[in-house]
Formats: sequence, structure tokens, C-alpha cells
Amino acid sequence: MKSKYVIIGAVVLAIILVTSVAAYTFLSTPSEPIVRINGAGATFPYPLLDEIMTVYSNEVKPNVQVNYQSIGSGGGISALNTKTVDFGASDAPLTAAEASNITNALHIPETIGAVTITYNIPGVSTGLKLTGQVIADIFQGTITKWNDNAIQSLNPDITLPDQTITVVHRSDGSGTTFVFTSYLKQSSTAWSAAIGAGKSVSWPTGVASIGNTGVAQTVSTTSYSIGYVELAYTIENNMPVAAVQNPSGSFVMPTLASTTAAAQSGAAGLPAGDASWTGVNLLNTAASDAYPIVTFSYIIVYKELSNIPDMTQEKATALVQFLWYIVHDGQELAPELEYAPLPSNVVQLNEATIASIIFNGQTLPTN
Amino acid sequence: MNLNSYGLRKFKNRFFFVACAVCVVLAVAPLVSILWEVIVRGAPQLSLNFLTATNAKDGIGPAIQGTLILIGLTSLIGVPIGILSGVYLAEYGNNHFGSTMRIINDALTGVPSIVIGITAYGVIVIGLIGSYSAIAGAIALSFMIIPIIARTTEESLKLVPNNIREASLALGAHKWKTTLRIVLPSAKSAVITGVLLGVARVAGETAPLIMTILGNRYFFQGLNEPMAALPLEIWRDSLQAQQSIIAQGWGAALVLILLVLSINIIVRVVSRGRLRK
Amino acid sequence: MTNQKNPKFFTKKVASLGDFLFKNLAAVMAASALALLLIIGYELASGSGSVIRTFGADFFVGTQWVPNEGREIYGALPYLLGTIASSGLALLFGVPLSIGIAVFLVEMSPRALRVPISYLVELLAAVPSVIYGLWGLFVFRFILVDYIEKPLNTYFGWIPIFGGPTPIGLDLFTASVVLAIMIIPTVASVTKEVVAAVPNSIREGAYSIGATKWEVIRHWVLSYGRSGIFGAVILGLGRAVGETMAVAMLIGNAQGAAAIPTSLFAPSQTMASLIANGFLEAAPGSLQISAYIGVGLILLIMSLSINLGARVMVTKVLKVKGGAVE
Repeated sequence: MKSKYVIIGAVVLAIILVTSVAAYTFLSTPSEPIVRINGAGATFPYPLLDEIMTVYSNEVKPNVQVNYQSIGSGGGISALNTKTVDFGASDAPLTAAEASNITNALHIPETIGAVTITYNIPGVSTGLKLTGQVIADIFQGTITKWNDNAIQSLNPDITLPDQTITVVHRSDGSGTTFVFTSYLKQSSTAWSAAIGAGKSVSWPTGVASIGNTGVAQTVSTTSYSIGYVELAYTIENNMPVAAVQNPSGSFVMPTLASTTAAAQSGAAGLPAGDASWTGVNLLNTAASDAYPIVTFSYIIVYKELSNIPDMTQEKATALVQFLWYIVHDGQELAPELEYAPLPSNVVQLNEATIASIIFNGQTLPTN
Repeated sequence: MNLNSYGLRKFKNRFFFVACAVCVVLAVAPLVSILWEVIVRGAPQLSLNFLTATNAKDGIGPAIQGTLILIGLTSLIGVPIGILSGVYLAEYGNNHFGSTMRIINDALTGVPSIVIGITAYGVIVIGLIGSYSAIAGAIALSFMIIPIIARTTEESLKLVPNNIREASLALGAHKWKTTLRIVLPSAKSAVITGVLLGVARVAGETAPLIMTILGNRYFFQGLNEPMAALPLEIWRDSLQAQQSIIAQGWGAALVLILLVLSINIIVRVVSRGRLRK
Repeated sequence: MTNQKNPKFFTKKVASLGDFLFKNLAAVMAASALALLLIIGYELASGSGSVIRTFGADFFVGTQWVPNEGREIYGALPYLLGTIASSGLALLFGVPLSIGIAVFLVEMSPRALRVPISYLVELLAAVPSVIYGLWGLFVFRFILVDYIEKPLNTYFGWIPIFGGPTPIGLDLFTASVVLAIMIIPTVASVTKEVVAAVPNSIREGAYSIGATKWEVIRHWVLSYGRSGIFGAVILGLGRAVGETMAVAMLIGNAQGAAAIPTSLFAPSQTMASLIANGFLEAAPGSLQISAYIGVGLILLIMSLSINLGARVMVTKVLKVKGGAVE
């Protein structure tokens, strides 16, 4: 009877199921009880954060598992707002409205990165010269072709093709978008009047992709396209990037050096960790070798961690120690991924902020 | 019907024969292409490390475990309810209540999976548990599998000839004993087939998992914690720019397709044998 | 209990505790269908409450989608149109193919090929939606762009449905073609049953007056099975409307008025894909998430209506034709 085989098949399947689950569980159980920390937010710092989390888990505290969902700054702030995560990450500081919902939030700049203008023009390599005004016009749809005079005149030694520009932007609420649109707002009165800045805006033209990675993927697979992507992603994927003109007049490529120069130049006079950070930016800094579109990326936490349901003493301690690690040893992993290490004054500021985190009124050990 | 020249009619006859054959080719070609691409792009990824690495950055171990756990939990919840539901509809369901439930069951199989996801999100993630959790995903998939199993069980039981039931009742057995001990066992391969097909169907679902289990880079951490799963992993990897991560997505797709297709093929082989009886 | 003493009594009524318990347990399980439907309805209705209260009818006919806090506007119309457009196109591309396949399998195919081809077509249904999306994203869309989208857009771009900026393959057309492939197994298998159920006497009558094979199929068989085929189409429509992942990955993820389907080669958005792409971003309890749930509610109502419509159609066919379709 064939039904016998069905039963045997189903039993075999069930045995495989149970044994593999058991095997995996056995493989993954470490010796000490695991402490789990959940975070969510920006895709901008994700390559660095991912590396830091891996090293931390493998070498520093094997019993601490940090789970980070890279869903965009908007999603991270939402999750923090509803207390479904232990920490949020965003490239945009909290707006006044958001800060009123997340009571006593602390901003901890974790790294500094560059927003690159990446493009895909067959035959044109990296280093296309662009100004803020031209970029704004492209993204606003005023400039529609690559061989438009405005672009061509900046690049006399390259012949640009007669092709329509496909603009790629973000669909999700993004801190990267906030930084980029803030830069466009500063560079173009037309942009400022019509569109403005924000984590999401009404893009007049173009195709939407999810996350820094989505934009990078779409630009690299679509000829004659342009998009804005954090530096680490363009390097990871060997994508050409534009040399953008800074206030001193030079066309600067986004590199570790030019990002660090911007950080050094602009990182003075920062507010305290528990104050408002709206208005803080590293755009168009004064240094002559600084890249003009640079930003902090922040980790945002509640000052009083007991605000998060299920927070325990162990988790709170683990979180504080993890944050301390990020702003100290973790910074050593940054240059390799082309993120600028935090200048020392910012590290000191962060130390005071992290030390002020409390759980049920008590401060927590940072080591 | 226009009686045009015989030649034109003959030409039309041949033309549409070819056209219909082309339809078949156009439908089968994507299947071949998908299988080809998944194998060619996914197979190079398969290594022991890829399948067992403890960190989702290096491999899909957590995703495979997650899918297996979801299959197990969904079956645990969905199979008993679905089978008993189907038993009712087949054995006791010739009344208003039964036909209403039957109609509702049919309607439920047509509810979009993303709507099921929203429902499970509201009931479990916001309501009962309060966070993205593995159990929320299992419940979402159970919502999907119960109507499927109920319907296939009902149809399987209806195939059992009535004289078996009557003989059992005539011998003095109660109806419930008849159903459980005689009718259900004689339909068991059809019922199990229905269950397996339902499992294969929900194992590949992504939408209900997006807002319930969320995803996790580590192995199973508890029923009330986020968890990874193969379809979610594939979707997330497809949004990345790094070629190595996209390649992992193809590897995950290969594993998922092997899982789903092998269930389908087993079912097919077995039921063909049964029908030839 | 009393069954040994009084056999007549036993056969007429529920005489044992076991029967009572079992029947009612099974009935409760069967009622789970109703419970499920009520839970789904409740969750979607309550979740969408705040967005419907805030915008009223404007939510259903509005076209803007602005999630910025303080000046939020949510309108679901573009996505409703996107769902209708993508499903309609999927039917346009998929139904003729399905009918061709069904006709081939029943009327034309050599007996030996019948089972293998049927099986291959059924296998199309076994492939998970996310894998269709993956394949579409990295393989199929480039074929469509190079051989269909770019040529049509370049030479016939003056016709509105081929117009718009240079196509990149993440648009209404690609999503609809992949959707068409996905509904073929459903439509083809039901059509196959319908065609196979046409009585041979009809065919023989037509042959006897000298019709060619194709004429028999076109004018006799297909018109006899007309309503069954229509039912199959509705079932396919139901499947297309609810399809989420493949569409989410291929339709271009447009939002607001830009999502209104005007050109085949421009990005668009369906109700299901909007939710899949954006739900996680919104904060629980916020107006934004209520907007997503509201879109889900519209989607639910649409697919339930189609499903019920299909049921009525199929039942009518069974009643009118008298032949067994199942």
C-alpha cells in the first residue's frame, strides 16, 4: 500500500526537523547565559556597526548578542518611540516633535560618514565634478540629460553622453535623505522653496529604493543613473563617485581624509548628550580639503533605561558597556571602512553622556 | 462560422496548434530559467560553513533553523485544528452551519498573505506578546494553513465510501469511534498529502513574516524573540548591494526551493501510485 | 451507555458521551474559520480606525502620501489603481497563455506528454513568490528591458502607456508579466478541467459537419465552457490581487501621486506591495501605521469580493451545465 510510504515520508521529515533544530541549538549554545540587546535604525552606519558587533561578540563579550535591524533612521526612531528596541540609530538628530515623545533621549554620535553622489555612466569613471546647485537641479528634475551644459561645463575634459538621467532616491524614512536634502536646501534656493529637507520628502522625479543598499544596487545595475549613498557602500561595490565642490571652491572626493577634515573642522561647540541636537550638522565645513556632505550618525537611547519594558540589570549593563566599546575600541575599526574616527572632543562628550545613563536611578559600570 | 477556402482553414488549424504549443513553452520556460538560475547562482554558496555558521553574516544557518521551527510550530497548531475542522465538515457538516463554515473557509484561502501578517501583528506583536516574536510568525502561518488543511481533509474524507461507515455503525461502533478509527485511517494518505502540500505552501511565504518575526542574525533565541527564516533572508539579501550578500540570497533560495520541491515531488509520486490502485 | 439495550435508540440519536464530545469539539474547530475571519476583520477595522476618522472619504480617493509628522496626508487611491492595473495586465498576458496551455493539453497533446507538461505547469505554483521576485530582479527584468521596454519606449514613447523616462525594469510592466506567470497554473488547471468536461458529443457533432480541429475548439468547445473559463479567470484575478512579494520587489516602489499607473514602464505600487515595502517603518499606534492597515482593509474587501464572486460563478456553472467540474 502506497499510504505506508506517505507515513514513512512524513515521519522521516519530522525526524529530520527535530534533529536539525536540536543540532542547531546545540551548535549555537555558548557556555554563559546570553544577554541580548536589540537595536534598529539607520542603514548609513550599518557596515561599521556590523563589524563592531561581530568583533565585540567574537572577542570581547561572547555572551552578549546584539541584534540590529537595518530598517532606516525613520524606522529606528519609531521603534525607539514605541520602546520595542533597546537603542535606536539615526543619521538625523531627533526633531522637536520626536524628542517630545522620547523623553530624556540621549544622542551619542557613534561615527562620521560621507554621503556620496554615485552614478553609473558607461565610459565615465570616478571623479565627475559637480556642485551643490547642479546636484539639486538634477534631483529636482530641472537638469534632465547628462550632457546638459551645466554638468558639461564643470567637466570639460569628459564627453558626457546624450542620455536621460535616472534619479534614484530613498523610499524609506532615511537619515541619509535628511542629510542629503539638508545639503540641497543649503545649495539651491529653488530646492529649499519647493521641497525642503527631511527624512522623507516629495521627490519630484526618480525611482525609489529601500535603504542605502537598495540605492547602491539600483544605481549599479542601471545605466545613466545617479543616487546618494553612504561612502562605505560605494567602496564595497566599486561605484564611481562625484567630486563635490566645497565652500572653499575645491572639488573634493569623498575619502577618509576629506571626511576626517570635515569632522575636525565642524565638531566644535556640540551640545550636551541630553540636550537638543536639531541643527547640528557637518555640512559645508570651512576646511579647504573637507568634503561638503558629511554627517554624524547617532545612537539614541533613553537616559533612564527602565523606560524599556523587559530591560534588566544585565541588559542595561551590557548596553552601556557596548556603547562605551563603540566610542573607544570600536573606533579603530572605522578607518578601514572609510568612516572617520570620532575626534577626541566628541569622544569625551560621549563618555559623559554614556556615564549618565541610568537604570532604575542607578548609574551603570562602563567596563 | 465562415466557410473560407479550405486552405485558409487548414492554415489556421496548423497556426493555432503551433500557437498553443508556444503557450506551453512560454509558460515552462520561466520555470526552467528560475530553476537554472537558482542552481547556478546558489550552488556555489553551499558549504558546511554557509549552512551552519552561527552568524547570519556568514551563512544562513539561523534562517534554515527558523524555517524548520516555523514549520514545526505551524503544524503543531494548524494540523489538529485543520483536520478536526475538515472532519466536521465532511462527517457532520450537511447543515447551515457546515455550509457557512465551508464558504468562509474558501474565502479565507483567498485572503492575501500580507493581510494575515497585519492581523498577526495586531493580535500578537502588539497584543499578546508585545514584541516581534517567533510565535507571532507561527500563528500567522497557522492562520493560513488551517483553511487549506480543513478543505483538503474534507475532500479526502468525502472520498471514503459510505459503506465503510455504515458497516462500522452496523457493528455497533459509535460515530466518533467510526470516524477516528475507521474513516480517518482509510483516508490517511490523502489527509497527510494535504497537510504536506499545505506545509510546502506556507514554508515559502514571506509577507506574513515581515511584521511578525522581523528577522535575526543569530540562532533561535526564544518564542518571544525575533527569528530568522529562509524567505525573509532571501528578501533582505535581495535589497543589498554587496554581491556576496546577494549571492547568499541565491543560496538561501536554493535551499528553500529544494525543501518546497522535494515535498511536492514526494507527494506527487505517492499520490500517483495511490490513484493507479 | 444504553446502546446495547436499545439499538433503535442508538441509531437515531446521539447516545453516547463520546459522540457528543467529539461532534462538538469538531464543530468548534470548524468554527475556527468564522473566528479567523472575525479576528482578521476586527484587527483591520480597528487598526485603520484612526486614519479613516482623520481623513474620511479622502483616504479612499486621495492620491498623496506624505508621512512627515505634522503634515501627514494619506490617500490610498494610487495603490488601488496599481492593484487593478497590475492584475488586469496579468490577466491580459496570462489568460490567453493559460487557455492555450489547457487546449493544448486536452485537445492536441500526444498522450505521453500530457502528464509531464501538466506537472511542469503545476510546478510553477510551487515556487515561492519571493523567489519569483529574486529571479525577476536579477535576471528577467534585464531581458524585458532590453527586448521589450527600451525599444517600445524609444520608438513609441509618444504613446502614453509606453512613455516616461528610460525604463529600468522596475515598473508596472515587469511586475505584471511576472504576475501573469504566477497565475498561469491556477487559470490553466481550472480551464483544463472545464475543457475536458465538454461532452464528446459536441465535438463529434462539429466534426461531422466538416469543421477543422481548431474550429471545433474555438467555436464549440470554448464557447461551451465559456462560463467555467470565466470562473477560472476570476480565480486567477483573486490570486493576482493578493500577490505580494514578487510585486513588491519588481514594481518600483513608487509612492503618492507618482504611483498612479500612467505608463507601463514607470514605477508604480500595489496595495500589497506598499504594505510589504513600508510597514516596518511606521511606529505602532501612529497615524502612519493606521494608513498601512487601512490600505490592507481595502485590499481585504477587494479580495473577499472577488473570491465570493468566483464562488458564485463556479456554483452557477455546476448548476447550469450539470457536468462535474471537480
